[in-house]
Amino acid sequence: MPLNSQSLADEPLVHIRGLRFERGDRAIFDGLDLDIPRQGVTVILGPSGTGKTTLLKLIGGQLRPQAGTIRVDGQEVTKLRTGALYELRKRMGMLFQSGALFTHLSVFENVAYPLREHTRLPESVLRVVVLMKLQAVGLRGAWNLMPSELSGGMARRVALARAIALDPMMILYDEPFTGQDPISMGVLVRLIRRLNDALGLTSIVVTHDVHEASTIADRMVLISDGKVVEGGSPQAIHESRSPWVRQFMDGLDDGPVPFHYPAPDYAEDLLRGSAP
Amino acid sequence: MIDAIAGLGRGAIDTLARLGRGLLFFLRVLPGMPGLLPRPGLVTAQIYSLGVLSLPIILVSGLFVGMVLGLQGYTTLVDFGAEESLGSLVALTLVRELGPVVTALLYAGRAGSSLTAEIGLMKATEQLGGLEMMAVNPHHRVMAPRVLGGMIAVPLLACIFTAVGVLGGYFVGVGLLGVDAGSFWSQMQSSVDLREDVINGVVIKSLAFGVVANAIAVFEGADCVPTSEGVSRATTRGVVNTSLAILGLDFILTALMFGDF
Repeated sequence: MPLNSQSLADEPLVHIRGLRFERGDRAIFDGLDLDIPRQGVTVILGPSGTGKTTLLKLIGGQLRPQAGTIRVDGQEVTKLRTGALYELRKRMGMLFQSGALFTHLSVFENVAYPLREHTRLPESVLRVVVLMKLQAVGLRGAWNLMPSELSGGMARRVALARAIALDPMMILYDEPFTGQDPISMGVLVRLIRRLNDALGLTSIVVTHDVHEASTIADRMVLISDGKVVEGGSPQAIHESRSPWVRQFMDGLDDGPVPFHYPAPDYAEDLLRGSAP
Repeated sequence: MIDAIAGLGRGAIDTLARLGRGLLFFLRVLPGMPGLLPRPGLVTAQIYSLGVLSLPIILVSGLFVGMVLGLQGYTTLVDFGAEESLGSLVALTLVRELGPVVTALLYAGRAGSSLTAEIGLMKATEQLGGLEMMAVNPHHRVMAPRVLGGMIAVPLLACIFTAVGVLGGYFVGVGLLGVDAGSFWSQMQSSVDLREDVINGVVIKSLAFGVVANAIAVFEGADCVPTSEGVSRATTRGVVNTSLAILGLDFILTALMFGDF
């Protein structure tokens, strides 16, 4: 049933219920429920391999779940046809872990790409818009560089400028801090917060960098074992006594996420005599 | 025994599934082609990188293939006193078979492999995913211009290969072995038919090879496992599958065009 504008504004921007997604025989998500409120920074934490990037791809409609619903701004992503899905994506930006810049295009052309594809802006206006986006991430002076000439942190900032080129309502960040030196990380952390507040965005940041995430998050969600295991303000997460949260926040090697990958009995395995 | 039969069945199912995926992929790329009309630059850029940059290998190979044909043809024909027919032998061999087939095989090695690697790396570095999230259909913006550009480039390259091959045959036959130049050209003119040989051979065959070579190259790239090993395997598979498909298709087309079935 379509939502009217008032009830739409009251609904979380992303509303996920009973999500089930499998890869091969393994269930990545099994009955995941999650709400992402409008206008704020929501950080999704979780151990490696827990499906954080997969969750972003499901929200963006790049993957289809086996069961469950994913509503984004009132639209059921799992049921949208290609045209409607592309219309919705024009209002989403995504920052990939690798930056995903087009290697054959300059910094300027990378940021201009979505504008050239989806608008009919005159070249002079397009130039102004691109330079404004690059100024916002501090790289206006690098407009003529090629992606191969950028550092990892600069590439992510260019990718961020490209993600905000169409003034989206929401940006999905996939591990934005991975592999960054402390300066680049600090720049990215502040940029995410500043852009979110200045543009009135909803930001979803997927990461396992607990400290950086805590400094910018309005809300933190910990997912593990295919479900949300804890959610709340950064302070509430830090004070949580849940064994899941404690293992993750304190970096414990064993706990609900076991140190050992599932294996047959150790002694039996050693005494078997031949290579498996 | 049962395992062997099961393995055979699994292999056959996997092959059929790949064929099906490839066909579906091509059907997703095709609707993107009309959308390229207002943006011809996307296609001309591909004609340049796939076609123009393949010219050196096509020119050199065409010349040597023509020269070898001239030499081999002469040594055979001279035994029957029929060396005057050298022009017709060289031209018919090139126009009907070697021109389109060798061009397509060379193209698969030079341009097809680079297409597969490029698309595979775009997938591995999330550029294709990035396009999707920018609401840009990669089948239409990335795959379609490459397939269309390649489809245009292959027949043009085949024409050039054939023309240079004829010149190579002329150089050896007339220039080095003393065949009469007038006989060389007149025999060629009288035996090569525009519709039967040139249109069927160089144009239709190479167009079909162009479709197959580019569709396979792009599909293998898009279907690869997005790792360095996956891209490398896809590139090899692309060249092997394209070569086999071209040779198989060549037999079918030759049988349809020139066979008495």
